[in-house]
Amino acid sequence: MTPSASSTGRGGARRGPGPAGVVAGRVPWALVVPAALGMVFLVLPLAGLLVRAPWSTLAERLAEPQVLEALRLSLVTATIATLICLLLGVPLAWLLARVGFPARRLVRALITVPLVLPPVVGGVALLLVLGRRGLVGQWLEAAFGISLPFTTAGVVIAEAFVAMPFLVISVEGALRAADLRLEEAAATLGASRWVIFRRVTLPLVAPGIVAGAVLCWARALGEFGATITFAGNFPGRTQTMPLAVYLALETEPEAAIVLSLLLLAVSVIILAGLRDRWVTGP
Amino acid sequence: MFRRVSRWAAAVPLALALAAGLAGCGSSDPATPATASSSASSASGATALTVFAAASLTETFTELGKTFEAAHPGTSVKFNFGSSATLAQQITQGAPADVFAAASPATMKTVTDASLATAPTTFVRNKLQIAVPPDNPAKVDELKDLSDSKVKVALCAEQVPCGAAAVKALDAAGLKVTPVTYEQDVKATLTKVELGEVDAALVYKTDVLAAAGKVTGIAFPEADKAINDYPIAALSKAPAPDLAKQFVDLVLSSQGKDVLTKAGFEAP
Repeated sequence: MTPSASSTGRGGARRGPGPAGVVAGRVPWALVVPAALGMVFLVLPLAGLLVRAPWSTLAERLAEPQVLEALRLSLVTATIATLICLLLGVPLAWLLARVGFPARRLVRALITVPLVLPPVVGGVALLLVLGRRGLVGQWLEAAFGISLPFTTAGVVIAEAFVAMPFLVISVEGALRAADLRLEEAAATLGASRWVIFRRVTLPLVAPGIVAGAVLCWARALGEFGATITFAGNFPGRTQTMPLAVYLALETEPEAAIVLSLLLLAVSVIILAGLRDRWVTGP
Repeated sequence: MFRRVSRWAAAVPLALALAAGLAGCGSSDPATPATASSSASSASGATALTVFAAASLTETFTELGKTFEAAHPGTSVKFNFGSSATLAQQITQGAPADVFAAASPATMKTVTDASLATAPTTFVRNKLQIAVPPDNPAKVDELKDLSDSKVKVALCAEQVPCGAAAVKALDAAGLKVTPVTYEQDVKATLTKVELGEVDAALVYKTDVLAAAGKVTGIAFPEADKAINDYPIAALSKAPAPDLAKQFVDLVLSSQGKDVLTKAGFEAP
């Protein structure tokens, strides 16, 4: 199972380090120059953060309770949002990739809407549906006394709304790239579609799911617009790191730099750790 | 067949990465709006004027901008409305602005401290009001009602002028209010009332008037202890210094005063 699984998603990258030996000859300038420009473009702003960071007061700024509170909230909500996305997004991706139904193209287009929607607009849309006077929200409040805006649950919903398409598209891509013959073989042996999904498909596309979940988590962690619009901004309850950064920028750019660095460091450490353990595989 | 397919698989993360970049741009937008379009004014012909103004001036300055364009044919006035603190930040970072109108002396001071403006003039003052949805679901009628934990309140974040004013007013009344959210500017705070998501918010009287019909305003005596002075200044590095001075003159003229007082601002 493992060799075929690695051909989805990560397989291409793993062959990456080798090709210099496989294809001899000069590396073409037409590729090297834009590649270098691209790298500088992506890395330079990070360097800017590092250069302007107030290193002397870094420790005391990080020790402020509000900072850790925001960081904790960001990590917790992004993780829960990713779990929700996995729970709902993987079956959705499977449906799109494996089951032919009439409106499939339309459904796929609709699912990617949160990708192109400005997050603030997404937040307003969530308010109109799940807000206190929203289509579903007023019913939730009347029947169960549940009000989602301005709560931590609201943060999770806003993040999941914005991040789920990343997971769905990534997993659907992995499913389409997976070798169908293995599923067909399982079917000829009498396995039901549920068993095939659980025992064949899921292990086959596991790297794609992990890659999608990582993207999803990263997007949720950086979420700003939908969160501040739908869940508001209250320290300890809905103020995630990006919100704290934005408000710090209003008065104290140095504090904003510190917060950004912290968020950056934590996310890089977690993603690098995950990559070693899961994405590259044992 | 196998190779073909896996090549597509490799393309997926790339497409996603691109999408992520786009989404990222979208989310960082509120921090740096409208600076790119305003760079046109740096041309030496100076037919474009760029005004950075507090969000609460949106309606009045847009009207004054039209008046200015009518009086100076061929000139176009571009506005960047936002929280005064953000605008001050953008100006000190080199955004090409000609005029800055702030909702508090503190945010103007950021700009004068950086020697980017001298001698700002206070042109209006603004007072807070309690804004409630038209049906006033929580039956709010005075400031004291906001301290009830059952009343959902939105306040501006303390970092922006309307939030600082709210803190001052509540302190003057000796009240402790725990809002459900600290919004990033006064318009965002008002929106939460318009959508009925909160029962009350502290916003400027002018914002209540601008949203007439969608929210109801309630004046309260403690507002007199938290009056915001609005300073305006032509910026010393203005790409269009002459136009900048003329626009400031228009705002300070009796014609400008008429527009501003009609919207609920008070004379300084």
